[in-house]
Formats: sequence, C-alpha cells, structure tokens
Amino acid sequence: MCGIVGLHLRDPDLEPRLGDMLTTMLGEMTDRGSDSAGVAVYGNTDWTPPGSATVTVLADGEDAQVLAARVSARLAAAVSGRELGATVLLSAEVDVDALATAVRTAAPEVVLVGLGTELAVLKGVGLPRELAAGFGLPGVSGWQGVGHTRMATESAVTPAGSHPFSVGPDQCIVHNGSFSNHASVRRAMARRDIHCDTLNDTEVAARFVAEQIALGAGIDEALEEMAGVLDGFYTLLVSTAEEFAVVRDPIACKPAVIAETEQYVAMASEYRAMAHLPGIAGAHLYEPEPGRVYHWHR
Amino acid sequence: MLRESATFPRTVIHEIQRAAATGIYDIRGWGAKRSLPHFDDLLFLGSSMSRYPLEGYRERCGTDVTLGTRYATKPLHLDIPVTIAGMSFGALSAQAKEALGRGASAARTSTTTGDGGMTAEERGQTSRLVYQYLPSRYGMNPVDLRKADAIEVVLGQGAKPGGGGMLLGQKISDRVARMRTLPTGIDQRSACRHPDWTGPDDLAIKILELREITGWEKPVYVKVGATRTYYDVKLAVKAGADVVVVDGMQGGTAATQDVFIEHVGIPTLAAIPQAVQALQEMDMHRKVQLIVSGGIRSGADVAKAMALGADAVAIGTAALIALGDNDPRYEAEYRALGSAAGFYDDFQDGRDPAGISTQDPELASRLDPEAAGRRLANYLHVLTMEAQTIARACGKAHLTHLEPDDLVALTLEAAAMARVPLAGTDWIPGHVGRGL
Amino acid sequence: MSPDQRVRPAHPHVIDVGETGLRETNRALQASDGTGRFLLTDPRGAHALAVGLASPDEVVIDGPTGYYTAGMNDGAHVTVNGNVGVGVAENMMSGTVRVNGSASQSAGATAHGGLLVISGDAGARCGISMKGVDIVVGGSIGHMSCFMGQAGRLVVLGDAGDALGDSLYEVHIYVRGRVASLGADCVEKDLRPEHHAELAELLDRAGVTDVTTDEFRRYGSARTLYTFDVDNAAAY
Repeated sequence: MCGIVGLHLRDPDLEPRLGDMLTTMLGEMTDRGSDSAGVAVYGNTDWTPPGSATVTVLADGEDAQVLAARVSARLAAAVSGRELGATVLLSAEVDVDALATAVRTAAPEVVLVGLGTELAVLKGVGLPRELAAGFGLPGVSGWQGVGHTRMATESAVTPAGSHPFSVGPDQCIVHNGSFSNHASVRRAMARRDIHCDTLNDTEVAARFVAEQIALGAGIDEALEEMAGVLDGFYTLLVSTAEEFAVVRDPIACKPAVIAETEQYVAMASEYRAMAHLPGIAGAHLYEPEPGRVYHWHR
Repeated sequence: MLRESATFPRTVIHEIQRAAATGIYDIRGWGAKRSLPHFDDLLFLGSSMSRYPLEGYRERCGTDVTLGTRYATKPLHLDIPVTIAGMSFGALSAQAKEALGRGASAARTSTTTGDGGMTAEERGQTSRLVYQYLPSRYGMNPVDLRKADAIEVVLGQGAKPGGGGMLLGQKISDRVARMRTLPTGIDQRSACRHPDWTGPDDLAIKILELREITGWEKPVYVKVGATRTYYDVKLAVKAGADVVVVDGMQGGTAATQDVFIEHVGIPTLAAIPQAVQALQEMDMHRKVQLIVSGGIRSGADVAKAMALGADAVAIGTAALIALGDNDPRYEAEYRALGSAAGFYDDFQDGRDPAGISTQDPELASRLDPEAAGRRLANYLHVLTMEAQTIARACGKAHLTHLEPDDLVALTLEAAAMARVPLAGTDWIPGHVGRGL
Repeated sequence: MSPDQRVRPAHPHVIDVGETGLRETNRALQASDGTGRFLLTDPRGAHALAVGLASPDEVVIDGPTGYYTAGMNDGAHVTVNGNVGVGVAENMMSGTVRVNGSASQSAGATAHGGLLVISGDAGARCGISMKGVDIVVGGSIGHMSCFMGQAGRLVVLGDAGDALGDSLYEVHIYVRGRVASLGADCVEKDLRPEHHAELAELLDRAGVTDVTTDEFRRYGSARTLYTFDVDNAAAY
C-alpha cells in the first residue's frame, strides 16, 4: 500500500536533472506511505561507473570500505565501496554475476538488494524526503529512475522490506497494492530453488518476473505470465536497462497516472507527483487500462 | 438403534436438500452459531491476600470512557463503555432504531446508524450518535454527517469480513427504498469495497476529506471484521483513525450467507490481543481507542474484553434481545414461521413477530420504542454493574484498570488465543510465560 | 438559484492554496454565505479541496487537484481548470462541478444530485453507485463505469470502457462513442423522444453545443437481477 513514481527520460538534456525531479516526485507521495522509501537510478556514472558491475547491499552498518576490501579479496579485483544511507554500493570491473557471487560468498550476512551495470538501488526506513537527501539524490543524473513510498501492510518495516525490489540484473519492481496468493507462489518458487530475502509480497512478484526474463521472456510476456499466477490488487512499475513498463491488475483499483511528452515518460500513483515536471501541461496524460501492459523502450 | 452420521448430521442433510431444491445459498441473520472459544473460557482472579478488593457500593469504580482523543476536537464522552453497534434502518424497523437510541441515551452511551442512512427518529432520540460511512453510501449526505457525533468508516463486520450488505426485497419498503434511492421491493446487493478508495493509503485521504468536511471536530472510527487483525489495526492507525472497532466473528448481521457467517473471520477472543499488540507496538494503546464487538452478552464479557485491552465494547445481537427479539410471548408466531423463540434468525424475511427486524407496519407497531428503550437501558445498566462488580473484586477503581494479568483461561484454546495463562499455571500456549 | 442570479463581488477573493493551507482554505469556503466568488490558486494537486460546501458560492480552482475535489458538494458551483484526482464531486448533493481537464477514477461516485461536467476523459468507475447526479463527460470513460448506478443520468461523448453499467439499477446512460462491453444486466435500449429531450437538456446544461442527440445510444438496466432467480445465478 504505497506511492509509486517513475521517470523514463527521452531527452538527454534532462538527464542531469533526473535526481532532482525524482526527489520531488517521491516527496509528493509521502502521504501514501511514510514507513519507508526507496529509489532506483539508471545510468548515473558516479554510482554505477561505466564498464563496471555494481551491486547494492544492505550491510547493517558495516563500513563500506571494509566490506569492499572483503569482497575484493574474494574477487581478486579492485572493488570500490560507497555508503549511501542504509545501503552500500559495491562496484568492480568484472561481470555482474561474478561480483554478485563474490559478495554472497565473502559477506553472506549482507542482503543483496540490487545488481547490474547501470542500476543503483537505494532504500531505507523513514520519510521519503529525508531518505532522498541522505542518498544525495537531488544532485544525481541518470536516464531512468523509479521510486516508492511504503505503507507496510503485512511484512516488516525494514530497509530490506522497502521497495524497489531488484532481483535480476538491472531489473526493478515497485508495487502499490496487495497480492492475495503470494505465499503459495513463494513456496512454489522455493521448490524451483528461487528464494526470497523478505516476507514482502512484492519480492515474490519481482522474483517471478526475473525468473521469466531469465528464461527468455520479454517484459510483456513476463508480466502477462505473472498476471496469470499472482492474484490480487496491483499497480506495478517495472524497469530494466532497456525498458520501462506499467501494468495494473484486471480490477485496477490502485491508482496510476501516466504522462508522456517528447522529453520523457512519467508514471505516478497520483498526478500531483508529476505536477512540477517540465512540460507537464502539454503532456499526454492517461490512466492505464486494467490488465494491459504498457511499455517503452530506450 | 438409529445412528446419526457425525459428518452428515440432520442439519447438514437438510441444507443439502434445501440447496438442491432452491439453487441459492442459505441467507439468514444473527451471528455464528457454532461453538467457539469465547469469554466463557476465561476467569478473573479476584483479590484475597495479595491484592485488596474495593467495597461494593461505597468505593467508586469508574466506567466512563472518552473516544476520539487523537485528532478530534470534540471527542465522544460516554458514561459507560458499552455502545450500541451499527444496525440499519431497513434491517430494523424505525421503532427499533428509535428504541436503541432511547436506551443508549438513557444509559449515556452511543448508538450507531447502519447501512441505510440516519432517520429523524433515531437522531431525535439519541444523544450520542455514530454515523456509519459504508461502501453503499445509502442515504449518505453532508447534513446528517454534520449532525453526527462521530463517523465510523466501515470496512467490514465480523459476521462477513470481505462481504457487502444485503437486504432482501421483503424489507425494501417505500420508505427504505426512498432513503436508499432504490426501487421498492427489489433485492438490494451492496458493494463490499468502497466506491472511491481501496486500501489504507487511499483511506488516509478519505479520512482527510471527512475531517475537512466536518471541521476536524468528530472522531473518525475505522471498523474492521476480525481476520488479519494485527495488520488491519496498524493500518487503520496509519490511515489516521481516532478509534478502531474490531468486530469478531460472533458479531451479528441482518442478512448474510450462512457459509459466510460460520466460516469467515476469527473469534473475538483471538482478535483482541492482536489488536492490542498492534496498538502497543505503535505506542497508540489508549491513544487510539479500541472498541470490541462480537458476542458480548454479560458484564463479565465486558470486563474480560476490557481486561484484554479494549477501551469499550459494542453490542448488537444482545441489544436486540433486550428490546424484545426472540421473546417467548411470540412463541406461537415463531412456530408458525418454522422457528421458535430462542432460535429465530430469519431477519432477512422481514416477518419478525417482535417488530424489530421488519418493515411491516403492523409488525413494527408492536414494538413500543419507549418501553423497549427502557429495557435496553436496564440491560446496559446491568452490564455495567456486573463489570464493576468484577473490577472491584480485582481491586480496580476504574474498568480500564483491568488487565490481562487479572485473567486465566480454562482451556488451551482460550489460553493461546487470549494470551493469558491456563488457570493455575504460568503457561500461555504459543507464548513465553510471564511468570506468576 | 443559478450563480448568475446572485449579486456577487466584481472581483473574486483570491486564495493561494499553497500558502494558505488546506484547512484554512476550506474553512474560508465553508464559511461563505452563498454570495461569494473565490479564485483558488496554486492547488498543487491538494486532496479534499473545496469539500463540504453547502452554499451556492462560485469557486474557481486554477490548477490540478487531488482526490475528492468538491466532495459532498451541496449547492456550490465549482470549476477546476486542470485535472482532478480520484472521486471528484463524490457524494455531491446539489450544485455544479465542472472540470476543464480530465478526471481520475470514481468521478461522481455515489453522488445524489447536481451536475458534474468533465471536459476531458474520466477514468474507471465513473459514476459508480450514482444516486441521482447528472454526469456529462466530454471525452471517454474507463471500465466499470456506472457500476451499481442507482439513479441519475450519465452522458459520455467519447467511448466507454469494459463492463459499462454492471449491476445497474435505474440510471439512464447515453454514450456517443464505442462501448467496449456492457456489464451484467446492462442492455441497450431505444432512444425514444423523451430520451432525446432529456439528453438535449443535459447537453445544454453542460454547455455542449456541437453534437446532436441522434449520435448517442442509450443503455439501461434489464432489471433481471432485481430479485434472485436461479437461472441468473451465473451473473452473481
């Protein structure tokens, strides 16, 4: 039960302002959920250095440099560590799988909350505006970003339980709503050796979609497959290194508004999150239809 | 010797035969009739040596409660912690609604509208009236909203959590139809979700709107049927409720599918500790008040609910009985309807001989609102005095000073659900013992 | 009394919503005696703006608003120059609400009276459980619109989404464009002379001048779900 925001930029001139726009969008959704919040930013060269893989972890207060050194020792490659709020970004010039595996083996106690070459996932407990400031979000550039404010329903209020959920390379899901059969789907996935870190229903959806994509599905197919398996109420915003997608359940009670201009595609739970965006007055504004996958390619 | 099947007793056989003959599920009133772990399975630890009791008539035991202290500028002050639950005009006759108002007002407590709007009789005879805000919004209007003393946003009720209202054609009289903007005599099917919000994030905005319309004066309650009570109470608080109402599965209804009444929800006993835990974890216990309903019958039940952490209770079925429902003097008429005094639950049919769950003018006129109201007030006083009797025995100068530690359980089920120790032990099944 | 018959100040009382705050803005509007003219600026998508108005004041809101704009309106004439969020004019009793823009879902939900005009599109569940309001939408409406509609009229110049008028009671629905699908118990009905007249009057009140009533089709309740019939069990 939450607020969702997302920005998919078409105009490179806007990229330096991505973090600033996303911060305002996120702050506007505070009333929809003030337990915790999170953002994901694609293509920030500072947070996700080009030519490197980056893994985002929740390290429970462990020093970023110490953690980087531990992973570096395992990887036999240089690893940089950067602390942003409750999260730590670890980057290395290796492939994503190698870095993720090294993190998991060198530091099994940390929770891996994002991985990819372009994606940084930041999350924490507290008010969205304060978290965004703590991450330094207002100043960052990028070409795509999503954010989420959470009013926790049935799982714990922790950084790990916050959205976005990123479980496949450069993939990200944020959700507003409540799945009604996630426990069964979670157990079925566990039998396929896919395990969740949290009891959050959205993580089940994220892992289900990641599994479909790993099996070769496109984002449309993956979401359609998910719609056939996961029951309940949802507005989902799904992003990858190539795509930005929105889907609502067939009943479509949870709010969603899409704004398209030549400069960007924006999506939010409420229009007011987008009211400050440049050129919004001339945007093509609409609410996504039930059960239909909307997606945009880079 | 004839042997009845435990799996297919006569009641089950009859229901299969009825379903096969009619093609529709069984609809009835009242609440769950199955046996459930309940307040009867708890006992109080009266004082003897380690604690001192209060004298019966001389030493005061307070009973008052203030509801809506979190945000409302005009909280609701009740002399007794027993309120009347929401029951609609439509489900009940105008006379019955008036009698509830009279009885509650005499006892200086509140009564509640229902799914069908506020009647002039009810408002006129009620000093403290809670206006329900339901998915159907029948009869909802800002004039009555401002007349109300509190607003109760209803998500569900214990008899049917997740279900909508139902009123069969027999009870949609001209007046009921007019109040609900429906054609006379049709079967009314109400929605189970509110038309303009779904989920706690949107409820927060709805509560903001209701407060803005009423100038932030009135307490806003949120009522839920008991199921995932721990989460629901937390979310009601996050959404901005002043008061949370938790209705256990023994709670009554005017008309619902029997399968819903008997198979959905959790017992009141199991719901209270979940609700209290949620409030305590948010540091909101006693700041957001908790009203518990569903199967309250005696002052002992009132005291037990409050000892478990409720700030007040609500009664529905018991209030109707006090008005005159299932009165033995109508035995012959109950028999003619295929029922009997003490068994009558066909509230949906509108043929109530007692004139309560009906819109038939002749039947309704049998209920004298003044006399019925007096009976209800008498009953409310008895509930209060009984609860005080127990509280004094436990050495408490106020009902709200009762605590879980004053209780023990007779059965393992009740001990586990109520989270109090099995009598004579310090064992709370499923929980770490608190020590003697 | 329509707004133009009242003596109103020549210049509106301007309230900057962002600066004044929601509570003070609504308090000022609610305190007016019915002769007021207000211009609300900088609404920033605020929720519950101009709610609970009970007098025939004129209120213009310049900019987008959030949920429940003009909720429970009872007599005021509210115009929003911008998009509105969920539940605009929900439970309206009387008066008018005009949206020069698009509306989110549940526009005019459970409204008992008055006129709601939306120049753009309305989202899902437009006119859900409406109880006597008249709604005129210049654009299209989303799915499940007029669900359990009880009374009033719904006019749509564009298209209607899936399950229009599901479990309908007595609302008259007029749609000019395509209807994706009709809900349970909703059927197309003849547009008789009295309906042309009713529709023409609604279009006139809404200020729609460039269409004729021949372009519409009428939908209403088949009334087969009014009392339970075992043969209709599949519709439940």
